[in-house]
Amino acid sequence: MLKKYSQGAYYGVFFLILLIAPLLLTDFRMGLLAKFLCFAIIAVGLSLIWGFTGILSLGHGVFFGLGAYCMAMYLKLEASPSGLPDFMEWNGITELPFIWTLFKNPFFAIAAAVLLPFCVAWIIGFFTFKNRIKGVFFSLISQAVVVVTVTLFIGSQHITGGTSGLTNFFTVFQVPLADPGTKQILYFITVALLAVIMGVSLLLTKSRFGRLLIAIRDGENRLRFLGYNPAIFKVFIYALSAAFAGIAGALFVLQVGIISPEMMGIIPSIEMVLWVAIGGRYSILGAAIGAILTNGAKSFLSETYPDFWTIFLGGLFLLVVLYLPNGLAGLVEQIKARFSSNKEKKEVKQREADSLVS
Amino acid sequence: MKPILSCRNVMVDFSGFKALQGVDLDVQNKEVLFLIGPNGAGKTTLLDCICGKTRASSGQILFEEKIELSKLPEQKIVQEGIARKFQAPSIFLHLTPFENLEIAMKQKKSLLSILLAKMTRVQQEKIEAILKKVGLFESRHILAGSLSHGQKQWLEIGMQLIQEPTLLLLDEPIAGMSGEERTKTGELIKEIANDCTVVVVEHDMEFVRNFSSKVIVMHEGKVLCQGSMKEIQENEEVKNVYLGRSG
Repeated sequence: MLKKYSQGAYYGVFFLILLIAPLLLTDFRMGLLAKFLCFAIIAVGLSLIWGFTGILSLGHGVFFGLGAYCMAMYLKLEASPSGLPDFMEWNGITELPFIWTLFKNPFFAIAAAVLLPFCVAWIIGFFTFKNRIKGVFFSLISQAVVVVTVTLFIGSQHITGGTSGLTNFFTVFQVPLADPGTKQILYFITVALLAVIMGVSLLLTKSRFGRLLIAIRDGENRLRFLGYNPAIFKVFIYALSAAFAGIAGALFVLQVGIISPEMMGIIPSIEMVLWVAIGGRYSILGAAIGAILTNGAKSFLSETYPDFWTIFLGGLFLLVVLYLPNGLAGLVEQIKARFSSNKEKKEVKQREADSLVS
Repeated sequence: MKPILSCRNVMVDFSGFKALQGVDLDVQNKEVLFLIGPNGAGKTTLLDCICGKTRASSGQILFEEKIELSKLPEQKIVQEGIARKFQAPSIFLHLTPFENLEIAMKQKKSLLSILLAKMTRVQQEKIEAILKKVGLFESRHILAGSLSHGQKQWLEIGMQLIQEPTLLLLDEPIAGMSGEERTKTGELIKEIANDCTVVVVEHDMEFVRNFSSKVIVMHEGKVLCQGSMKEIQENEEVKNVYLGRSG
């Protein structure tokens, strides 16, 4: 009972800080924080599949990118008075391609930003998990999907805008994006969506479904001999986490104003996993905080010591792997155990020992 | 009486090595059948074939006289009512015994029904009854990873019971248990047999002598003979096999 209570308190403090942050930060800093919150949404999804289910996806950049592009297509059309995006004119295209015409409708764009990543992940997941491809082999396939998608987006310059991606947006729903008021509203929408997504994830992990996810991680084969088809559960949770990444992508584009193939590539995809590792993959709140802190450190360090950032990130990751297998969330638990009874201490120790080998 | 499970000429070929070379076997309803035999006789392989872990290269495995098991996927076989306990305890280490049983429990196991599942009063009572039966009620809320080896074995037996199977396959249920734990497990198996058919693979002869009614001896992928433990012990062929002399 006490444990439940303290968990609620952590979440309360977290969201309280996010709600009062705009009062304390400059517009520029608030914009950065909003961007980090988008990343936190991705991290929550990754914690669900990696921490709870044991599926390591090194390709969530794709789903982030798909969500972002869906939103960006709508924004681009609204920013093109002639009805044809500028890069298409440069490519000698005179008529808007059919696929783009659909994105004139903002509601279609928003729905697509969620559903497209969900469906793509469902298809990828269906064929891999059904054929019992798992572990490192799945991770490799997810990387391959990134390479294919990025190449495809760069190659189809006339539709996607190529390497430079989609940018130069002005308005959303006829409201100027650069306006501080709009930025503030978008920030609070992001906080609200993060809250909803974390709430849904928390509910899922506390339900029978959540225990089934852990059972998949612990012994997928055993589950088969209890009468389950683990593949369908894996497909669902993978697609759900992809949908989260898609939502994050849509929010990202609204607030940052650009999406390019580079932002959905291999390096960002792997960085996403690092945020979750640093924050703690077994904890939804930990993963979210991991994304915010790592990116906060990134922007702070790359402002002051631009050359130092990658070395720092590498060092941080080594430190986490060697000493904090459960990330920052695990560290908090360890500290708490030090101040509480012996029995709890033992339990934390045991979890730690298990996670080192899993 | 009609057999609940009948194997006809079941063969398994592991790329050249013939683990099973035509097994014929009938299991009657509600009996406790012990499978014994030297290492490599194919006892575990036979269980694997029944539950779908290994596919028979030829032959027929018929359940309740109508369901051909050798073509069904693993989870369908389980849903037909066949539960399997593996040799090494395989439970979910990061769940508590209570949660392990919650997952194993007989229920609709599709994605949608699990997503919407709520713990009902009946379900909770059923889980608690099984926990008491296998002696894990006191430790129901600690992680299963920290249970002792014997407790893990019992938890796994419990996970099979709560599925309410018609046929229960137990692979070396007492391996690594102390004397007292063995007796307790034997009593448990006897109790289980009131409700379902049990097939046990076991090496421990003392245990087989104490708790078996019918024994089947396997050797080199075939059924050598069957009967009560007393008959088996007097069988010349069996003596040769176990003492390593070729007849």
